[in-house]
Amino acid sequence: MIARHSLNSERCARCFIASCIFGCVLFAAVLVNTDVAWSNEPPPTIDPAAHLKIEIVYLGKEYTEPEPLSLVDKIYTDKGIQGARVGITEDNMTGRLIGHDYSLTEAIIPEDEDITVKAREVLSAGARMIAADLEPADLLKVAELPEAKDAIIFNIRSSDERLRHENCRRNVFHIPPDYAMRADALAQYLVWKKWRRWALISGERPADLEYAIALRRAAKRFGGKIIGEKTYAFDGGSRRTDTGHQQIQTQMPLLTQDFADHDVIVVADIEESFGDYLLFRTYEPRPIAGTHGLVAVSWHRSYEESAATQMQNRFERKAGRIMTERDYSAWLAVRAFGEAVTRTNTADAVKIRSYIMSEEFQVAGFKSQGLNFRSWDRQLRQPILLAGPRALVSISPQEGFLHPKYLTDTLGFDEPETKCQQKN
Amino acid sequence: MNRAVFAFIALSAFAACPAQAATVFVSNEKDNTITVLDAESLKVLKTVKVGRRPRGMVLTPDMKELLICAGDDHRLDVMDTTTFEIIRTHETSGPDPELLDIDPEGKIIYIANEDDGMVTVIERDGGKVLGEIPIGVEPEGMAVAPDNSVVVATSESTSMAHFIDTKTLKVIANVLVDTRPRVSEYTADGKEVWVTAEVGGTVAIIDTTTRKVKKKFGFEIAGVRPELIQPMGIKFTKDAKRAFIALGRANRLAVVDTATHEVLDYILVGQRPWHIDMNPEGTKIYTANGLSNDMTVVDVATLKPEKSVPVGRLPWGIVIKP
Repeated sequence: MIARHSLNSERCARCFIASCIFGCVLFAAVLVNTDVAWSNEPPPTIDPAAHLKIEIVYLGKEYTEPEPLSLVDKIYTDKGIQGARVGITEDNMTGRLIGHDYSLTEAIIPEDEDITVKAREVLSAGARMIAADLEPADLLKVAELPEAKDAIIFNIRSSDERLRHENCRRNVFHIPPDYAMRADALAQYLVWKKWRRWALISGERPADLEYAIALRRAAKRFGGKIIGEKTYAFDGGSRRTDTGHQQIQTQMPLLTQDFADHDVIVVADIEESFGDYLLFRTYEPRPIAGTHGLVAVSWHRSYEESAATQMQNRFERKAGRIMTERDYSAWLAVRAFGEAVTRTNTADAVKIRSYIMSEEFQVAGFKSQGLNFRSWDRQLRQPILLAGPRALVSISPQEGFLHPKYLTDTLGFDEPETKCQQKN
Repeated sequence: MNRAVFAFIALSAFAACPAQAATVFVSNEKDNTITVLDAESLKVLKTVKVGRRPRGMVLTPDMKELLICAGDDHRLDVMDTTTFEIIRTHETSGPDPELLDIDPEGKIIYIANEDDGMVTVIERDGGKVLGEIPIGVEPEGMAVAPDNSVVVATSESTSMAHFIDTKTLKVIANVLVDTRPRVSEYTADGKEVWVTAEVGGTVAIIDTTTRKVKKKFGFEIAGVRPELIQPMGIKFTKDAKRAFIALGRANRLAVVDTATHEVLDYILVGQRPWHIDMNPEGTKIYTANGLSNDMTVVDVATLKPEKSVPVGRLPWGIVIKP
């Protein structure tokens, strides 16, 4: 941006002084500020009378969750909902300018209660836009309610692949990346690094095994090789012990010593029972990737690009803690609803759904590109962050992994691979 | 003094005049510096340390001062454009200033506070806060109308251009554009405001009389994925016939016919050109390339990139002083 009044004379004047004596010929090319007459009476851009009320329901359960192994990670009981609250504030900042009034209904019940009761209650009251902080079984129960037929349910919690495949539902959209997307994001990077030989260690719980399957698939897709596999049941016991590292220090080398030559150890420990213990304790000096060490996530505190800093700051000011992945998913769900309402100027769920499914829809999520949903399983496309414990390492898709439509479709299940029968 | 000597000195003085080239200022977001270069020789004249995360800059109409947003220090730094020294700071800029503009009289500064959803209006002399105007989420673009009646701010997360009356400091119109609007720029005749949408990949042309989008256009580049096309900085040629638009990660400048809105050409520059500016003669365009840490000079007549020179890390803003 240069200033409007361009006075070439000043430059010449300095030249005049510099050359001490005889002056330059001054062509004072003064550009006159062009005064343009136009009406000062603004026609209203948006009819203020067009008042729209939009209710978004945050439907969740207070599940018992595995505690993070590291004491550095705090235990939060409000993951998700805090993101939704920031999202609704932002929706309203836009909404108040165009006569759209958003509200967030927080419907969070204890773990032992029946989610369908609460879901019925909000659905019968007319709510159709739902951010679901639910485990797969509960999510499916809600999706199958007759009242939920026209609802738009954003899964903001689960990475379960079956929800995107055989258990896919027409009214369920998925914000968080599934295990396959995460494993593929990691695999592309490891292959780019030429760390192709992987030793796989997974926990024994169902989610651990599912992530291990995703890692195997990713190796195959991108040219990694799993040279050996182990499952490991580590009885973590209490999170706090006065003495504890000695035993771990001997156990981890044992666990990792008899693998064939490998470049990296990939770990699948969703349930947080031993993953962090592998770092710096392996038999051979090898990096750790997977659920610990280098992780594939949709959000991380160390991420700052594409205005992510502003999001981190906004969130921390409001929530008083750092933004977790689930907060990001919930924020994105609420923003996606907001974006669809803003663009279509309606709160009608059927119209909103068809807009969200269209090519026009895109929501911004600090990933330097518009995000939209895959038509075949309603999974949100998004670049995936690869982060170490304290800093961002890379963002996948990696350079050179190509796709005819979206580069992000190199992550996870592409259209020909989907098992989802309820397309569109 | 004999005549021949007189003629010689007069001639050399005259010849020295055009050699006094314009000055280029590039803000380096990551280095907390401004690189000052000679616009012709492209030699670095000075690297000036400023507040943290310098991004948006504007030259005062009297050309004497460069106002710099130092986002992470929540202030404006004011540089003397002849000594290249920071002579003042304005702590009253509001939190996280990102981009700014100044009125044609050079008295009032309008600042986008990215973190805080508002525009802060301050006096250049003394920095007194005249107003804080709430707009959408993540304000960024800022452009004062040539007749000083209105300032157009954009908000990235809200995807709107907000028209603010400069007398009442009230928002008088909100215009929805595509996702993540970054830069707003008035045409010289004041009849249009062009707004680039980084994620939407489009440019919206807003009629300043009706305050409605009268035209929207996007870009298609063979071999470049659509999501990499991120329109950002805008600059119009002196004859107003063409617009240059930086396309971010598409690593190109688009050349657009301002009458037909057709894209005439794409010019490959450095990586992620962000803001751009033109020399006073209107013959060269300079781009700040965020990911390759350099600046590219493009010839306006031939539309060819001529040279890239290194500046600091993460160059963001660029301003040229005649």
